[in-house]
Amino acid sequence: MLFKVSTPIPKDIPLELPLPEWLLVTLLIVSFLAHIIFINLMLGGSIITLWAQIKGLKNKEYDTFAHEVAKTITVNKSMAVVLGVAPLLCINTLYTIYFYSANALTGFAWILIIPLVTVAFLLTYLHKYTWDALAESRRVHIGIIATAVGIFLFIPLIFLTNVNLLMFPEKWGTVSGFLDALVLPNVFPRYFEFLGACITITGVFLVGYHKRLRYRVEKLYTELTRNDLMKLGYNIAFIGLGLQILFGVVVVLTLPSKGYGFDVLISVISAGVMLVISAIYTWKSMVAAPENRIYYGKIVTFVLFYLVIYGGSRQMYRHNALSPHQKLVAAKTKEFQKQSEDARLHPVIETVEADTTLGEFAVGAGLFKKNCSSCHQEKEKLVGPPMTEMVSIYKENRDGLKAWIKAPGKKRPDYPQMPSFGSLSEGDLDELSKYILSINSK
Amino acid sequence: MDFPLFHLDWLNNRFLIAVIAILHVLINHGLAVGFIPYITWLEYKGVKNSPSNQITDFEWDNFIYKKMKVAFIITTTIGAMTGVGIWFSAALISPSSIASLIRVFFWAWFIEWIVFVTEVVLILIYFLTWKNANKSLHSKMRHIRFGWFLAVFSWITMALIVAILGFMMDPGNWNNDHSLINGVFNPIYLPQLLFRTPTAMLVGGVYGMTLAFFFARKNKELLKRSVKLSSKWILVWAPLSLFAAFNYWNVLPEAMVENMSTAVGTMDFQEYYDILKIVIIVAISSVLILAMFGVFTPSKIKMWMVVIPCFFVFGFLGMFERVREFIRKPYVIGGYMYSNLLRVEDYPLYKKDGVLKHATYASTTEITEENKIEAGRDVFMLTCSRCHTAKGVNSITYVFERMYGFGKPLDVASVAGYIPNMHMGRTYMPPFPGNEKELDALAHFIKSLQTSGESVEGAQTKGVKINPVNSVEQFKK
Ligand code: HEC
Ligand code: HEC
Repeated sequence: MLFKVSTPIPKDIPLELPLPEWLLVTLLIVSFLAHIIFINLMLGGSIITLWAQIKGLKNKEYDTFAHEVAKTITVNKSMAVVLGVAPLLCINTLYTIYFYSANALTGFAWILIIPLVTVAFLLTYLHKYTWDALAESRRVHIGIIATAVGIFLFIPLIFLTNVNLLMFPEKWGTVSGFLDALVLPNVFPRYFEFLGACITITGVFLVGYHKRLRYRVEKLYTELTRNDLMKLGYNIAFIGLGLQILFGVVVVLTLPSKGYGFDVLISVISAGVMLVISAIYTWKSMVAAPENRIYYGKIVTFVLFYLVIYGGSRQMYRHNALSPHQKLVAAKTKEFQKQSEDARLHPVIETVEADTTLGEFAVGAGLFKKNCSSCHQEKEKLVGPPMTEMVSIYKENRDGLKAWIKAPGKKRPDYPQMPSFGSLSEGDLDELSKYILSINSK
Repeated sequence: MDFPLFHLDWLNNRFLIAVIAILHVLINHGLAVGFIPYITWLEYKGVKNSPSNQITDFEWDNFIYKKMKVAFIITTTIGAMTGVGIWFSAALISPSSIASLIRVFFWAWFIEWIVFVTEVVLILIYFLTWKNANKSLHSKMRHIRFGWFLAVFSWITMALIVAILGFMMDPGNWNNDHSLINGVFNPIYLPQLLFRTPTAMLVGGVYGMTLAFFFARKNKELLKRSVKLSSKWILVWAPLSLFAAFNYWNVLPEAMVENMSTAVGTMDFQEYYDILKIVIIVAISSVLILAMFGVFTPSKIKMWMVVIPCFFVFGFLGMFERVREFIRKPYVIGGYMYSNLLRVEDYPLYKKDGVLKHATYASTTEITEENKIEAGRDVFMLTCSRCHTAKGVNSITYVFERMYGFGKPLDVASVAGYIPNMHMGRTYMPPFPGNEKELDALAHFIKSLQTSGESVEGAQTKGVKINPVNSVEQFKK
């Protein structure tokens, strides 16, 4: 077996999964796909906007292009967030123990996602709504989107670190903090492959965006034509595909052997083939005359296939990597539940230690020791007044004492509130008060 | 027990959840649930009050659009992210409870998600097509219809989430029969929803009136109309909100009411039992008075007169959420799981074996003289750290010193004597789960904190030590 020294076996949540596992996995993959496409568009879109706006300092046309792309970011980002909820829910349910453990171990970075993304989102709005207002200070304006891009580039690292760490319980004992988990093998190759995907998807999207005849290119641009813009899209997609293929190979080579299997290998290879086919069609479109660009549908289809297969292969790997451990967790959980049930049936009986030398006050003294002695002593003030003071107040009024114990009031301004002991039985109260009132006369 | 424990030793863990959750509620109730119908209504008023040869009163329409722009930007950034943030923070601080809730409420959350997606799509359409829709009366009316749809979906998101919150406070029959339907129709559900609905509308109106002062500063006529209409809106909802607040108060189970005084501030303010009631009355009455003036003498209303009730309402909503968070203590899931993340049903086992033996992460299970402090730290982490810190807010030394005297060395025997009984008088705390030896170790650890001034680090910085008893190697033997 692959387990090294000290791999923890936590217990699972002892409640049934709310739906069959295969359905949960399907929901996870499908909803994640929807989420990641919008993430790709958001991140890729903001990178392209930044690039185009810098280019736009010299050539006004690209500034316009940047503006057009910028308008899509704020929409895509809203979709990305809301679509992310479902895969989050699914992975929480499916890999509860693993996911939450990884979250806690990278806790600060994990929670930083919230303020960081919020700031980045606000910056994208600021950028969009100050397009004209900051026309004279273009560099400041570019600074805004550059900051947002910086944040957007950092966030996926946190997510990837988490989904990577969750697959390796044997590493949990060795990481202290996010940075340790970040440098585990395979985080960075996956990250760069992901960035490639962002560029690809955005490129493909931009081709489609400018393909629409309803979109009045000639109204917005003076020099750039629909043809130029579509070609730009193909170029962007081609660069992205190149990155993906390159880093995809690195991912495959650096993936720890733990979760590999024949199934993973076959799907990874098929995913690679999809990428290569997409790249070939994209290349053909780049070099073809406008009227011969007939491959758009094929490119979209192959890229989508790629996303599904790649997502599927990740899931297979995760499954292979974790299933031996999951079996142990299930066994451990069962064992624990059994022990817990036994203990419920045969609880340790708590007996009040009765000091028999005290005779008729033994039970009361025991109760006092257990319930009251942390705050009351015999002669001196501790948290509450000493017992001697109680006696002087309640000597003639045993019922008053009992009433106080059950529901204490607030008397002494410089003392805290005494807790109430509503849980003591009438019999206990009798014994207790008998003992307390015996103090002075003893 | 089963998760590495994230811990903020300075701010206190509850604080993180509270800040995110309160911010979310202020935005969700005020700028979505209550604001959208208010805006849509005002948009409609613009159409109705314009001369019949015009689509709408464009000056008014633009003014309402600006209000909506604020709501749009804030809800799709801070609003959306704090919503996700509630999950993130809960998963860090209270993993076992959120994990259990998700198993029970998977489908509720899944449906919630679909409603969510719809809501986002609708708000994108509603806001981004506003200007284009002004081309014809037909498209304007369709736009207004989108506004109403959006309002309905915003309300449904709230209605679903309240079911989950209500469930956490009082699972009703769920403890006998772990099913979704029982969870959703728990006894606190309707009263809470009845309270939140008019309150959200009220807050939406107050925000709206406040915004008017920013966008119509120069146009007195516009401002006057806006104040008057907002006041009417508030006058409708405020009495309902007040009435529902008291109704809600009355249905809270007895035990929760007992905790209430500590919930509001700290125990020191035990006398101010009714503080929340007073805040509610003051907040809603001040809004009511404002609204009455607003209807009859709208031009006399100044910005500060709106901002002050606005802050009252902030205070009241924030306080309401804090109380809601608190009164379910000592449970995170009423009757099923305590706030220290231990299940009620497992307590007998912990009493018997101690908690360390069953913890996945602990440095030791056999307590000796030498490792007492270390073991005590683990026990602290497992049983107190969800609510207490070592050195920061609500620190464990502070709460003990407050009882036994500040600056005095703590007496281990008194500390150890107090802990097993702490849940009796202080009903917001769960009973101590461990055994005698662990109790002793914990008491020694707490005393040691007095001199060491140590702050306890969470798994996010220190990592975890795997309990040898609960490792794969051991289990396979
Ligand atoms: C958490 C600490 C604490 C515990 C435990 C505690 N008390 Fe007290 N007790 C106090 C304090 C503080 C006061 C003073 C309250 C005041 O005057 O407002 C007090 C006051 C009293 C008084 C004086 C009442 C009076 O009329 O002045 C009696 C009697 C008393 N306690 C009995 C008990 C008994 C019996 C128990 C055990 C069942 C008990 N206490 C447990 C803290 C405690
Ligand atoms: C559910 C959360 C929670 C847990 C778990 C918890 N406490 Fe508390 N505890 C509180 C709160 C809230 C207060 C009140 C703080 C205040 O008054 O401001 C408190 C107060 C106290 C006090 C002061 C009580 C008094 O009478 O003044 C002590 C002592 C204490 N806790 C000890 C512990 C110890 C020891 C543990 C772990 C074994 C623990 N608590 C676990 C929430 C908790």
